[in-house]
Amino acid sequence: MPKLSYLKALNRALGDELAADESVFVLGEDVRVAASNLTAGLADRFGPERVLDTPLSEQAFTNFATGAALAGLRPVIEFQIPSLLFLVFEQIANQAHKFSLMTGGQCTVPVTYVVPGSGSRTGWAGQHSDHPYSLFAHVGVKTVVPATPADAYGLLLSAIRENDPVVVFAPAGALGIRDDVDFEQLGPVPLGVGRVARDGSDVTVVALGHLLQDALAAADELAGEGISIEVFDPRTVYPLDVDGLAASVARTRRLVVIDDSNRTSGFAAEVLAVAAERFDLVAPPRRVTRPDGAVLPFALALDRAVQPGRDQLLATIRAVLKGER
Amino acid sequence: MTADQLYRTVRLIRRFEERAIGFVRSGEIVGGIHPYVGQEAIAAGVCAALRPDDVITSTHRGHGHVLAKGADPARMLAELMGRESGLNKGRGGSMHAADFGLGVLGANAIVGAAGSIATGAAWAYRRQGRDVVAASFFGDGAMNEGMLLEAFNLAALWQVPVVFVCENNGYATTMPVQSAVAGSITGRARAFGMPAFTVDGQDPEKVLAATSAAVARARSGRGPTFLECTTYRFDAHHTFEHRTRLNYRSTEELSTGRSRDPVEIQGARLAAELRAAVDAEIEALLDAAAGFALGSAHPDPAAALEFLYASPEVQR
Ligand SMILES: Cc1ncc(C[n+]2csc(CCOP(=O)(O)OP(=O)(O)O)c2C)c(N)n1
Repeated sequence: MPKLSYLKALNRALGDELAADESVFVLGEDVRVAASNLTAGLADRFGPERVLDTPLSEQAFTNFATGAALAGLRPVIEFQIPSLLFLVFEQIANQAHKFSLMTGGQCTVPVTYVVPGSGSRTGWAGQHSDHPYSLFAHVGVKTVVPATPADAYGLLLSAIRENDPVVVFAPAGALGIRDDVDFEQLGPVPLGVGRVARDGSDVTVVALGHLLQDALAAADELAGEGISIEVFDPRTVYPLDVDGLAASVARTRRLVVIDDSNRTSGFAAEVLAVAAERFDLVAPPRRVTRPDGAVLPFALALDRAVQPGRDQLLATIRAVLKGER
Repeated sequence: MTADQLYRTVRLIRRFEERAIGFVRSGEIVGGIHPYVGQEAIAAGVCAALRPDDVITSTHRGHGHVLAKGADPARMLAELMGRESGLNKGRGGSMHAADFGLGVLGANAIVGAAGSIATGAAWAYRRQGRDVVAASFFGDGAMNEGMLLEAFNLAALWQVPVVFVCENNGYATTMPVQSAVAGSITGRARAFGMPAFTVDGQDPEKVLAATSAAVARARSGRGPTFLECTTYRFDAHHTFEHRTRLNYRSTEELSTGRSRDPVEIQGARLAAELRAAVDAEIEALLDAAAGFALGSAHPDPAAALEFLYASPEVQR
């Protein structure tokens, strides 16, 4: 089967939707030359009005997309770095997200926000290494973090077709992933539906985005010790597939969450809260996250020390198996 | 647009606002409003220059814009009272009133936010082959918001058919414009390569004339125009101020400011009988509007988050 990279999958989804639907257009900084490769080849195929280079004016072009959506188009914005989402939080959380309710359902705002390269991009330090998906989930903006090339394709497709605003976080650590993919099988992946990435019976590990690779590797390692790990990839942070998660936890009765965002009020905290409310566990659930209020330091060893990783995950799974708090 | 039509709009907005202030006092409107009293000529003149399919974006002080674009005063008043029959089904209130059927893309409570929304909408209509123009209202305070200046750049750069309407009423809440804006308001707009004019914002006919030229320019593909309309806010920044009695304008200043009343300026152009007939018609209309709004049902609390998503199955 041919190989498809995660980044190429996003690019392909964008190209397919631009071709399928005249109302779709892409805007962002340096998208015509495809500085990030997300939009590679699209300007030549679709022209400058469908692939629109913007000046450095994130706040204006984010609201511009809202206006274009109100007028019937389906904009896809590429953000060059994840921290730009802090700059446009107003425009997404306070404008795009709120328009439908505030107008009593007179409009919808079908804008997609794509961040190709969220989280740590080794050596990019404090202002380029955030992975702020939990913020958007908290305000109720639909938020997806694909883990595989097929999901990157399918979730971006669904995000563009969705009539609500959707943020698509493509983790830097996942962009290079290449999978064997049957191109015939590529298609939309519904928002809000998770996936069991590996069956197991002892512990459910919830892992998102690039951390899915770590979870699967940890599961391989533990399998050698006779421990059976089920890996659940929620794919969508908001809305969360609580039923899918519940089905997995019903089999394993133990839960560990690995989440590349800060601990307090993070995604892992939400999953643990759901577990406390709804699941019947035989051991206290645990989470592996960035520390509270973390800012990624520059020096490589420090950067790594702050990110949740495989060793922490292994230790945490073992602790849960022992019933430790 | 005839003199009596313009008069009708300024008078309608004035009396709507006065009645709305009364409903704030009597508790029928909860949360207060930002009265537009004194600035009516701008909404009336700008919207008179627009076609029904043109669009506007508005501000926290937006009742006048929404009414001038043709919204039903009864449904507008019902919206202010949070009723299910309101323009936004009671989900938006004073600062978010919208009527998409009339091209009102919403009042917006974040100062400076809507200029970029109007720009995006106008660009999108042009891309769809429609010669729609957007007018975007904002105050002098908004001229210091970076997001609005970014929007000027995009609009001028891409020759977007938009008219930027700055209502310079001299204050951002209590901050005088002289203490807030370095350089000049029109100078800022011109720096982006847009024609920019200062217009007497108390005279509806002057606003109409200036806007008509700007709209014609936009429709013919020559891009945005900036209009600074000088005006004066006769009432409080917000009806809260009726209680707090902030002290930032002298009595002399208030009486000078109020001496150029758009209702009187336009009213003087009408024969007395015609003017009286319009006044009577508006009172009857607003009596009916008040009856409609007061008699309308409140939304069902169980539907508090209705309309949040296009696909409603999200919540738990
Ligand atoms: C971005 C932002 N900052 C502050 C506020 C609070 N606020 C609401 S209205 C207002 C003054 C706006 O002044 P101006 O733009 O001149 O409009 P005016 O009230 O005079 O009509 C302020 C500061 C806000 N709503 N949005």
